[in-house]
Amino acid sequence: MKDINTIIQEKKPKPKLSNLIFAFIGGATVSVLGQFIMDMIVRYTDLSKSEAVTPMIIIIIALTCLLTGLGVYDKLATIFGAGLFIPITGFANSMCSSALESKHEGLVYGIGSNIFKLAGSVLVYGVVATYLVGVVRFIYENL
Amino acid sequence: MTYIYGAIYCGLICVIGQFIYDHTKLTAGHITSIFVVIGTLLDFGDLYDKLLVLCGAGASLPITSFGHSLIHGTMFETQGNGFLGIFMGMFNLTTPGITAAIIFSFIVALIFKPKS
Repeated sequence: MKDINTIIQEKKPKPKLSNLIFAFIGGATVSVLGQFIMDMIVRYTDLSKSEAVTPMIIIIIALTCLLTGLGVYDKLATIFGAGLFIPITGFANSMCSSALESKHEGLVYGIGSNIFKLAGSVLVYGVVATYLVGVVRFIYENL
Repeated sequence: MTYIYGAIYCGLICVIGQFIYDHTKLTAGHITSIFVVIGTLLDFGDLYDKLLVLCGAGASLPITSFGHSLIHGTMFETQGNGFLGIFMGMFNLTTPGITAAIIFSFIVALIFKPKS
């Protein structure tokens, strides 16, 4: 009997250099797209450069959710790997796919309780780390 | 120039993530959690704010920016409210992203059928 973890490890394809290159291309593309959306917002509305960040992130998240719903995002994610799960697109995709997959369990116990199934860890560790760092910095700044 | 710096920064963060993913047993969930924690540490000395000016969207899109926004809003709130600010300011800057993700995920889940 093999341990389940060793089986997963053996099934995992050998790390390739092309994975890293595709990850770079994915991240760079998302970044350029975001910057382009930001520039368009600054040009066509009266928002300043720093105010344009929020609508840009909202547009990127909406696009990601739409692509996830259409089934395109999963295909892109297998190609670009970390290039698509490190940017905020990965956060949106994990929420959207959790919601979609649990849809058959109903509106409340399906979508409602499972929407943070994967993204929850990011929120929890983000908040815990922020609390610890915040306490340390608060003490440091007020002594 | 913001385009180039942003693409390089965001690309490099993703390459680091991919490298960890390829060479350890950690999953995407582990790696994003680690990067959020790193992001909270990068707020020291306004380091991440300088990155945001230099890289624009390239610095605000990776998940490290989420960690930075959490701590930045928190520290800003502590200036007026003392220790309670840590609890009050936690989600000050991150609300738009989380709200948008919930709303659009919910709408998409209502409209589309799961593909797999």
